[in-house]
Amino acid sequence: MTAPSSPYARYALRAASLLAALGIWQLLTSQHVNLWLRFAQFPTATQVADEFAHRLGTAVYWQDLTDSLTRILTGFALAAVAGIAVGTAIARSRLAADLLGPLLEVLRPIPAIALVPVAILLFPTNEQGIVFITFTAAFFPVLVSTRHAVRALTPVWEEAVLTMGGGRLRILASVVLPGALPGILGGLSVGIGVSWICVISAEMISGQYGVGYRTWQDYTIVNYPGVLVGMATIGLLGWLTSTAVEVAGRRVTRWLPRPATERAVPVRVARRPAARAHTSGRAAS
Amino acid sequence: MTTQVSTSTVETEAPKGVRLRLSGATIGRPGLPVLDGLDLDIAPGELLTVVGPSGCGKSTLLRTLAGLLPALDGQVDQDDRPITRPEADRALVFQEDGLLPWRNARRNVELPLAIRGLPRAERRAQATRWLAQVGLAGREDQLPHRMSGGQRQRVQLARALAGRPRAVLMDEPFGALDAQTRAGMQNLLVEVLAGTRATVVFVTHDVDEALFLGDRVALLGTGQVLDVPRPRERTAHGEPATVALRREILASLGT
Repeated sequence: MTAPSSPYARYALRAASLLAALGIWQLLTSQHVNLWLRFAQFPTATQVADEFAHRLGTAVYWQDLTDSLTRILTGFALAAVAGIAVGTAIARSRLAADLLGPLLEVLRPIPAIALVPVAILLFPTNEQGIVFITFTAAFFPVLVSTRHAVRALTPVWEEAVLTMGGGRLRILASVVLPGALPGILGGLSVGIGVSWICVISAEMISGQYGVGYRTWQDYTIVNYPGVLVGMATIGLLGWLTSTAVEVAGRRVTRWLPRPATERAVPVRVARRPAARAHTSGRAAS
Repeated sequence: MTTQVSTSTVETEAPKGVRLRLSGATIGRPGLPVLDGLDLDIAPGELLTVVGPSGCGKSTLLRTLAGLLPALDGQVDQDDRPITRPEADRALVFQEDGLLPWRNARRNVELPLAIRGLPRAERRAQATRWLAQVGLAGREDQLPHRMSGGQRQRVQLARALAGRPRAVLMDEPFGALDAQTRAGMQNLLVEVLAGTRATVVFVTHDVDEALFLGDRVALLGTGQVLDVPRPRERTAHGEPATVALRREILASLGT
């Protein structure tokens, strides 16, 4: 099968892919297919759609949604700022690397969700605990990508600013942060995804309101269509937020050399500049 | 190539060139000296070209003069004061990739002016004038990766000179260009430098380039510094004096 090239054909193909998945789901559940996987008890796509439509009209649904969004955006924003700051410090300063490096390396492998007991002990409210867990989830991907991106910077850029009389702050603002941005964006993309996983899990364990909390509640009262509405909500919100990160990222890295054909691909992780690609051109005369 | 270069200087008074001097200098990275016992005296306003085979320490020499690499031993001075750190006095022009790729041509040239603290409107005006001087009028908004290699080197030259340095250190700036572009860039360099009084150290592995541009040619690694007959003319390539000089250089370098 050859890939279509016109953007409309590509949108159609993507929509068809989603619709086909829904169709297969409907078929398997409405026919109560019981092969090795058992679809007999599984809610049908139309049942879930009915439940979804019903919930959209309730205040609780929107409260859950805004609660989850507030938690994730707060945690993610804090993680972005802290991750970029600490990652840059570790990459640029040997003292920071020695002081913070070992500590962070020990903390990094701990899954954020395993910090629930810690969050409950440390924070006065559940709300703060959930934000803390979301923060921790996004912090490490941002930190690691920032550290790598800053270390991979072309030394010539820094030397150029130094020989213009620029100091540390000037190098940070004019070379390090803009130069590392494409790499940092990769970490932000991963971070927002991991944040969703952790905010939902944390809500299931300790939340009041929130999409994760509601999904777990529906499970305990055996409302399976409700559970699937929760999952669909998470999927859509996750898609929305990671697309927002991608779009924002592309806006701030417009300077990256991109092949002309890439225009048709709305979502792609930013890469390092292919800076050596155009060195043999001719001067204008 | 016909580049319109106005000889009226961009600013009223071009800063005076500096004397750069190495005496008994050992240069290189700590624990990894590249050259030792290096003596070189570069007069104010002079254009010294430095030739030598790849890996002989040409780039190291420039980074030492820029103040990016401290000398491991001996003395490296600017006007009899030791060079200890990079300063806006001494601009460095790189072989390639020296421009910040996220800044367009004008904003790259503005960078040294911003560091000097010039107000926005003034930086913009000066950067635009410098870009016009190197033949890039109308291309101010272009990003480096949209430009040819030769155009990028013009922007680098404009950026280096916009900072009004008293010395310009050039590290094989035309080394990655094709022969035709390189000849054009050499002419442009001569024209643009005529408006400044800066001392220039120009590193190259191209002996003809060194002879065409240099007031003197230093052969790195041999300790020899040769005077080049003036005036510079491209037609001088075939003249007996130039041919003899080229032969002498090539013999000294053992190539």
